[in-house]
Amino acid sequence: MVDPRLLKMLKDAALTALVAAALGIFIVGFRTVDVGSRAGLSFQYEFVDLAVALVIIFFGRLGLQMAAMGLRWPAIALGIVMIAAGASPMQLPSGFLHWFVALGGVLLVIRAVWPWADQAIHAAARTPTGRIVNTIGTQWLGWVLLGIAIVMPFTPFADQKTMDLGVLILTYVMLGWGLNIVVGLAGLLDLGYVAFYAVGAYAYALLSTQHGLGFWAVLPLAGMFSASFGILLGFPVLRLRGDYLAIVTLGFGEIIRLVLLNWVDFTNGPAGIGTIPGPTLFGAVFAETAPEGKQTVSEMLGIPFHGIHRLIFLYYIILLLALITNLFTQRMRRLPVGRAWEALREDETACKALGINPTNTKLTAFAVGAMFAGFAGSFFAAKQRFISPESFTFIESAIILAIVVLGGMGSQIGVVLAAVLLIGLPEWFRELGNYRMLAFGLAMVLIMVFRPRGLIGHREPSIRLHPVGSGGSG
Amino acid sequence: MAYFTQQLINAITLGAIYGLIAIGYTMVYGIIGMINFAHGEVFMIGAFISLIGFMICSMLGIGSAPVAIVLVLLISMAFSSVYGWAIERTAYRPLRGSFRLAPLISAIGVSIALQNYVQLVQGARPKPGGQIVSGGFNLFSLDGFDVRISWLQIIIVLVTVVLMGGFTWLIAKTSLGRRQRACEQDMKMAALLGVDVDRTISLTFVLGAALAAVAGMLFLMYYGLIDFFIGFLAGIKAFTAAVLGGIGSLPGAMLGGLLIGLIEVFWAGYFSSEYKDVAAFSILVLVLIFRPTGLLGKPEIEKV
Repeated sequence: MVDPRLLKMLKDAALTALVAAALGIFIVGFRTVDVGSRAGLSFQYEFVDLAVALVIIFFGRLGLQMAAMGLRWPAIALGIVMIAAGASPMQLPSGFLHWFVALGGVLLVIRAVWPWADQAIHAAARTPTGRIVNTIGTQWLGWVLLGIAIVMPFTPFADQKTMDLGVLILTYVMLGWGLNIVVGLAGLLDLGYVAFYAVGAYAYALLSTQHGLGFWAVLPLAGMFSASFGILLGFPVLRLRGDYLAIVTLGFGEIIRLVLLNWVDFTNGPAGIGTIPGPTLFGAVFAETAPEGKQTVSEMLGIPFHGIHRLIFLYYIILLLALITNLFTQRMRRLPVGRAWEALREDETACKALGINPTNTKLTAFAVGAMFAGFAGSFFAAKQRFISPESFTFIESAIILAIVVLGGMGSQIGVVLAAVLLIGLPEWFRELGNYRMLAFGLAMVLIMVFRPRGLIGHREPSIRLHPVGSGGSG
Repeated sequence: MAYFTQQLINAITLGAIYGLIAIGYTMVYGIIGMINFAHGEVFMIGAFISLIGFMICSMLGIGSAPVAIVLVLLISMAFSSVYGWAIERTAYRPLRGSFRLAPLISAIGVSIALQNYVQLVQGARPKPGGQIVSGGFNLFSLDGFDVRISWLQIIIVLVTVVLMGGFTWLIAKTSLGRRQRACEQDMKMAALLGVDVDRTISLTFVLGAALAAVAGMLFLMYYGLIDFFIGFLAGIKAFTAAVLGGIGSLPGAMLGGLLIGLIEVFWAGYFSSEYKDVAAFSILVLVLIFRPTGLLGKPEIEKV
């Protein structure tokens, strides 16, 4: 007699595969391709790939069901078989399917082991050593990461590529921290954050190329411009409810991008702005030969010229800017306005009753967040030396939001980890390149479903009236 | 005058397409109060399935345009509904009862994932749809300017009107419609009275997706060119239409769609076509600021 549970699981897995078949049959099964000379499209059939993918989905779902019913060992065994199938030299129709089955296996094993791992971690956290590790993890992790970030350029790893990546990650860390003020602390979902980044970038690009202002002079101006934009845009819309606000900010973000794209006289339109000067160190430029009346950094310091000096300099600028963002946020959280942000996130009606002006409070969060985006934007323009509206699309806002969400809204250290994970990993694994954004989207969904608080959830209020567990409402 | 009439005809055609997508937004918002950000992608997928469907039809030698259109319409509606259902089941249902913004963030994730999924499996280049219905007739001529209506425009408006009629009947008269309205008013109470809430919500997504698929097919036939990114702009414009008409209201969605079509076409026709998207976004912002309940919407009571 067959176990009725097994029958039920098989039925469920078959149904899942059937739904997947319905999803894939047209979109995946028939690949439309242009054929060189002939007009129109023709098909390239991908049914074998689809069929293999469906088999994988069937077994993956079966394994998940087993894990959910507590049949851990069969689930783990199935997961290992899947990983082995992915890693084996067996000829699957495409490289993607190898990844698909192997990743599916990894997820399955994680899912099956999860309850044990969870228990083990909880048990370990209660032992004395566990407590010490925990303290180090929660209190010293930030300092450790900061130490690594500071000495990074002097380590042997610091070649052109790593430094580039470091600058990129830190830019996103800064943007993440800036957006965290708006989304994580004040609870306002801003889908147009990249607009303020664009304002900062164009502020520096235009002021430097047309009026000859330097990076350090423009930096505060760019922050002010972006903050004013934040206030200007925020003032009429911040009364709106959460999801409406999200859509309006998205609309604003797109409007700013479209204006940058179409106002050719002012912004040079889609062609963008080039030859933006880089930042200077006490007036000295980073170049092999200095322009008239200036000196190069290598002359000033008396060291031989090397291209990487510029990158190291940029790295420290963005590190400094990011740290300022962080410090500012940490300080703000302890001020009345920071407390009001968090209170507003938790319950707007209660805040109103207590005499907090929601619009003004939200506006400060919006403006402060915008200001940091403005700083980051002018840094971006100075680093790239070329900007165009292409760099400020909605997807950029979504990436920054994904970093904040994955990190755990309101958590500063979570943003760092998420930025390393989301920006760093795809750069290291180049072959994942095309699948990067797909994984991005799926990750956002999975985090919302399984870990809505992110890697490091920090929805705990910064201050409590009563310590947890000693009465009070908690 | 002739130019105006011509623009009006074009605007109504475009408005019909936006209206069909807007219904999906408005229904979902009405029932579970979330912005289904991925709805635009379902429209895009509907357009792709239609494209593939038309190609299969021509391969099978189905020469008659009406037969092909009806067949493709049914296929596209059926298979896009599966997308609607699957999205709700995997990305939204587990989030019921999570914090306020969770479903919206999840929906953005779905949207990004679907766009890139279609880009990966179908390629990034725009796909020409070919001409399925061509021709038309001159309505009248004035000052040497012919006002034309193409057969395609007539088909688009006709399909939309029929579907709208059927849909209004569905909501007003059938038991599914009653269940939907019950869930919209009070989900807990509806559940107590024996309405299967999960099933009703699923069906709402299925219906919305089916209508979006129709819009996708009409879009493909009208513009003849689609790519994986069409869902983003069309989705936002349709959402604007839903908000403008009053989110949660079905006639509002249709009215909003028409208005957005009018604004976009007339803006492009009389001012500048570069800023037509800016016009649509500005309308969205202005409506949300000054009249968040829209034209036909009911004022919302904030529940604590």
